Amino acid sequence: MTTRQEPRPSDEARPFWDATREQRFVLPWCTDCERALWYPRTTCPSCFGSAVEWRADAGRGTVYAASVHHRPGPGRDADDGPYAVVLVDLDAGVRIMSNVVGCPPEAVTAGMRVMVAWEPLSEGRNLPVFRPTPEDA
Amino acid sequence: MIREALDDAGLTLADVDGICCSGIATGIAEYLDLRPTFVEGTFVGGSGFELHVEHAAAAIAAGLCEVVVGVYASTPRLDRRLGTTPASFGPMGPDMAAEWEAPYGAMVPMTSYALAADRHMTQFGTTAEQLAQIAVDTRRWAAMNPRARYQDPITVDDVLASPVVASPLHQLDCCLRTDGAGAYVLTTAERARDLRRPPAYVLGAATASDHWVISQMPDLTVTPGARSGPAAFAHAGITTDDVDVLEAYDSFTITALLHLEDLGFCAKGEGGAFVEDEKLGPGGSLPTNTNGGGLSYTHPGQYGIFLLAEAVRQLRGSAGERQVDGAEIAVAHGCGGVLSATATVVLGTEATL
Repeated sequence: MTTRQEPRPSDEARPFWDATREQRFVLPWCTDCERALWYPRTTCPSCFGSAVEWRADAGRGTVYAASVHHRPGPGRDADDGPYAVVLVDLDAGVRIMSNVVGCPPEAVTAGMRVMVAWEPLSEGRNLPVFRPTPEDA
Repeated sequence: MIREALDDAGLTLADVDGICCSGIATGIAEYLDLRPTFVEGTFVGGSGFELHVEHAAAAIAAGLCEVVVGVYASTPRLDRRLGTTPASFGPMGPDMAAEWEAPYGAMVPMTSYALAADRHMTQFGTTAEQLAQIAVDTRRWAAMNPRARYQDPITVDDVLASPVVASPLHQLDCCLRTDGAGAYVLTTAERARDLRRPPAYVLGAATASDHWVISQMPDLTVTPGARSGPAAFAHAGITTDDVDVLEAYDSFTITALLHLEDLGFCAKGEGGAFVEDEKLGPGGSLPTNTNGGGLSYTHPGQYGIFLLAEAVRQLRGSAGERQVDGAEIAVAHGCGGVLSATATVVLGTEATL
């Protein structure tokens, strides 16, 4: 299991972290302008409305940019080796930072199709990461 | 540093009625027993000092104050050696990075710049060699700065042979971590004329901001400098052709490359080809980061004040061996956070007024 710095959950994102206990990937949506938003917040950055609801998401997207980290960042163990940090453009229309796992880190490049996968955190939570979709693996 | 800056101007603390720093400006005022009428403590990362100059110049023009001192000091290198905790940056607002980036092993700020470099390469075919050329030319300037931490020449091959920290960036694509400090005095043009040393004049300035964490940056290949740069140039009534010396924040080689594009020295996506002919270095057509930059001279965390100091040296003709002949207009372009907020200051000699 990869060593990680545990995320510190904000009040705004509690539904997100709760859903990860069942490995469900959910996104906050503004019901006024029908847009997903990221990161979770209480007001929509597009219309400034506060009608935010959580919806299930397929967790699929495309890598926008990738970097293989050879020096371990905060919370990472050098023994875990190099890892890929990415920005993923989710099909829902938002961009999220993550890792791509399940393939050599140097194989991760912009344009790669990915889908959500889960890595365990403490207290039953899970961290969403991504892996190449089967046709891209 | 405040003492040195005031001595340089021939002023004393009694003349000061405005204070700027990247944090709690009232604390510095208290420490010096000042009673300022202008207090500017905006924190936007390393570009704060250019933003402060913009705001202080506007305040002086509006009659809010007459003599403003701006200051910076940081000792991350010493702190690491002693195991002490560095002074806080001040109130930071919500910490989105702790929740949404740190669990992925993201390094602050390196991960963001590595992702920006990767995206530039993907979108425009920029190469590691082209980025390395920026580090090489900056080191050539540092060789002429006796205070620069690294002065030995390097080659493109040296950069590419240095360890990859976060691809595509190598160790020598990254700025230093040093101790350092700086300060400046800003006052009316009328008063500056009679002071001890020749002043540099603020011809124009502008600020722009568009995100704080990297996932919120709309396009990783376009910084807010694409707005603050042209706005400052328009304010000053200049074009890129008028710029004799460019001091452009180089936290990483990709940072400097993005500035060249966003300030309009070349088209978007052409920065790589633009720097290939060594034009940024000594003797080149666009002398850039003439003190050796954050890459080779110094980088205590927020580098922006050193851009201003070097721009003023060049306009005064006091840059020694690295002096750019006939420098009349210098640009100090700060970039703070993770390509988050830029502030551009156009400075000129008296002849440019």
